[in-house]
Amino acid sequence: MKPILEVEGLSKDYVMGDMVVHALRDVSITIHEGEFLAIMGPSGSGKSTFMNLLGCLDRPTAGKFVLAGRNVAGLDDNQLAEIRNKYIGFVFQQFNLLPRTSALKNVELPLIYAGSRNRHAQAMAAIEKVGLAQRAHHKPNEMSGGQQQRVAIARAIVNDPMVIFADEPTGNLDSRTSEEIMALFQELNRQGKTIVLVTHEDDIAHHCKRSVRFRDGRVVFDEVIENPIDARDKLSQMPDLEAVEYVPSGARKKSVAADAPA
Amino acid sequence: MRPWDSFESALRAIVANKLRSFLTMLGVVIGVGSVIAMIGIGEGTKKKSIENLEIMGSNLLTVFPNWRRGGMSMGSDAGMTLRDSDVEMLKREVPLIKNITGTVRQGVMAKHGNKTHSTSVFGALPIVKDIRNLNKMLEGGWYTDEDEVFSAQKAVIGYQVWQELYDGNNAVGTNIRLKNQNFEVVGVVDFKGGSGMWNPDDQIYIPLSTAKTRLMGKTNLDMIQIQATHTDLMILTQGQVEDTLMKTRGSAMGEPLFRVMNQGEAIEQIETQTRLLSILLAGIASVSLLVGGIGIMNIMLVSVTERTREIGLRKAIGAKRGSILSQFLLESVVMCLVGGVLGIALGWTSVIAISKALQVPPEVHTPAIITAFGFSAMVGIFFGLYPAMRASRLQPMVALRSE
Repeated sequence: MKPILEVEGLSKDYVMGDMVVHALRDVSITIHEGEFLAIMGPSGSGKSTFMNLLGCLDRPTAGKFVLAGRNVAGLDDNQLAEIRNKYIGFVFQQFNLLPRTSALKNVELPLIYAGSRNRHAQAMAAIEKVGLAQRAHHKPNEMSGGQQQRVAIARAIVNDPMVIFADEPTGNLDSRTSEEIMALFQELNRQGKTIVLVTHEDDIAHHCKRSVRFRDGRVVFDEVIENPIDARDKLSQMPDLEAVEYVPSGARKKSVAADAPA
Repeated sequence: MRPWDSFESALRAIVANKLRSFLTMLGVVIGVGSVIAMIGIGEGTKKKSIENLEIMGSNLLTVFPNWRRGGMSMGSDAGMTLRDSDVEMLKREVPLIKNITGTVRQGVMAKHGNKTHSTSVFGALPIVKDIRNLNKMLEGGWYTDEDEVFSAQKAVIGYQVWQELYDGNNAVGTNIRLKNQNFEVVGVVDFKGGSGMWNPDDQIYIPLSTAKTRLMGKTNLDMIQIQATHTDLMILTQGQVEDTLMKTRGSAMGEPLFRVMNQGEAIEQIETQTRLLSILLAGIASVSLLVGGIGIMNIMLVSVTERTREIGLRKAIGAKRGSILSQFLLESVVMCLVGGVLGIALGWTSVIAISKALQVPPEVHTPAIITAFGFSAMVGIFFGLYPAMRASRLQPMVALRSE
């Protein structure tokens, strides 16, 4: 299998006053096409810093980082923006959808910055892939948390990126909805998408094919997961709740409040 | 990112916050509106004043006593005055004068029956009808030289006075009361068109001697008005009048204590004065536009702070600095332009309304509109640039973590 992300001796230091915090120390890792990788570790272990570096949201202090055969460590802001737009899809814990904007328009956003034509059809196709075709014209505040996260996933895949980074994507969802989201990720992975998922829940990590554990800025554990959980099996064992997709407005409040930058 | 997309997202943001956007725009609306209104009213006043002067005739010279630079003083301070003897001397010594009269003027309340009208009385020799081109009569005629000699209490009234006091009825042969004295109306001058202090329609003309001795108790003249023999010899005539008057009316320092003005100079004078007025008014109005611009900057800064997460997200999914910059810049520019259009409408309506009240023609100039519109776009760019730059410089990672 083709390596798509190659990291060698990656370090990140933060200077805070007189102190230098070594958030990441000499990390080397290779991620291949079609992998489904879980990045784990307690808070402060460096997993978020690592994720930001892989996602080209930040620059390393030292080290080499090759994405799609290109060293991105030395690129400027605008070049990084272009890389993110073309090769990377993001899914966040807080969904980060634009409020007062339909699902379809939210999904179109990366295409706008790519300057592509025929955006409507591409965005619609992505929404169909996450199973929300009938809700394409709804606004985020008219959807449940699970639906909002699906819209976010549609937005992440609409540009057909090389890799999807998901930062605690189930952190704001109940267990059944989490399972549904993991089923969606697994389905995308089966279709060939490379996915890197940051989580601190072992249960969620066990849906992946490989897990990397961080501690004090270093990789302390890197293993292949034998027999990962299939979310479809788990869902079939769960009691089939009535109207799973529908969450009354009162119960939805938390996720909406978290999403809308009021 | 294509231009239309930036524009669309700017519009979306403005519409999303309707009340706030409207209140922000209001500053620009009022600013642009008042600039247009002020310039419009200034221009209208100027146009009207010039029209009034032109109605009086182009071969008219007016002599004022005690001229001071920067303004007319028709009072009689420092004892420097014009007298009947000056008129006589001018008539004798300047052959280019066709007609000449001394004049006095005073504001009065005119009464007829149970109607009253506030106007002014203009005392002048009967020949004023030629000098001021007041020959066309609606009815009756002018008082005569004989009336002048006997200080007869006769009056010729302007069109507007006739309308106000007589309501379209026959005036000749009836009496009007000025300062509790009866004057017999001998004629009504036909409509001339005009307004303000010089409005020939809003005057009552009476013999000069009557005005001085019986009505006003003045011994001096307020002005001397001269009709030149030839319009193309105006400058020469004016020079001769000045030279002649210098003999008796020069100061010890050899400076003239009077001022002779021809219509061209009067027009120039009015233009200078109204230009200054217009600049002053537009300057005051510009301050409100400036305040509007600061309002826009304020709101845009708030908006950038509020939407930090959105900016972070947009950057994460591939927005470049330029895209964020243009999105926020367009937002303030669009707000200013919409405000500008509303401001033009507001200004236009105010000009029409205020002109009606001031009885000047409404003057809305295309250059004023273009300037105001361009200015509001510049306000948008100037005051939107800093917030937009702040937005574009946010680091995506930091922005996404903000609460």
